[in-house]
Amino acid sequence: MKILVCCGSGLGSSFMIEMNIKNVLKSLGINGVTVEHSDLSSAKGIKADVYVGTRDIAVRLEGLGGEVVSLNNMIDKKELEDKLVEVLKKLNYIK
Amino acid sequence: MLIDILRKELIKLNVKCNDWKEAIEEGAYLLEKEGIVNKNYKDAIINNFYELGPYMVIAPGIVLSHARPEAGVNNNGISILTLEDPIEFGSELNDPVKLIITLAAKDNTSHLSALSKLMEILMNSDDLNSIINAKTVQEVVKIIEKYS
Repeated sequence: MKILVCCGSGLGSSFMIEMNIKNVLKSLGINGVTVEHSDLSSAKGIKADVYVGTRDIAVRLEGLGGEVVSLNNMIDKKELEDKLVEVLKKLNYIK
Repeated sequence: MLIDILRKELIKLNVKCNDWKEAIEEGAYLLEKEGIVNKNYKDAIINNFYELGPYMVIAPGIVLSHARPEAGVNNNGISILTLEDPIEFGSELNDPVKLIITLAAKDNTSHLSALSKLMEILMNSDDLNSIINAKTVQEVVKIIEKYS
């Protein structure tokens, strides 16, 4: 299972979201997930099961071949956790 | 350490700005006057906004304003600007903005530990609100030191 977090430059928000995802996965006890970050243009060449971005970015991640998670508020851990669990269930990675 | 990258010269509080562009420029200027970025940097950030929309409005009231290292970054730095009157950035969910964090990263990785500390501050709503409502630079420095 691979999650790629994207932002416009690949320097700021994508890394911060990556950190939060790793924390959420750890606190939920979910193992075996690779989490990486990149800028939007590189994302097109990186294969992932799930692409994550903030709202304005997420619309540009459709069509890359993975599920897309769109975040409204980057510092809202609850939103991230809910959306992450939802997509991992959808992909049958967790029950 | 976060305090080396976000030092007191890079903090300015309760500034009056007329629109989002002026707010971005003010935030970038704090880095520019310290030689951390050159004058092209703010234009690169503004272009990012035009190109990609208000995605840098990362949470209610907060902008993480930045462009890529090659857009004129000399050193790692983070500036904090709070606005006297909140400003609309065109973000459907997270307007209006009160806190402008401007990030300068000289490469893809060397700023990450400071950024992760900054994230810890943003995730702590008490400290975040104290920064947003701070009246003196010293109050902000105190919080940053806690995370350094």
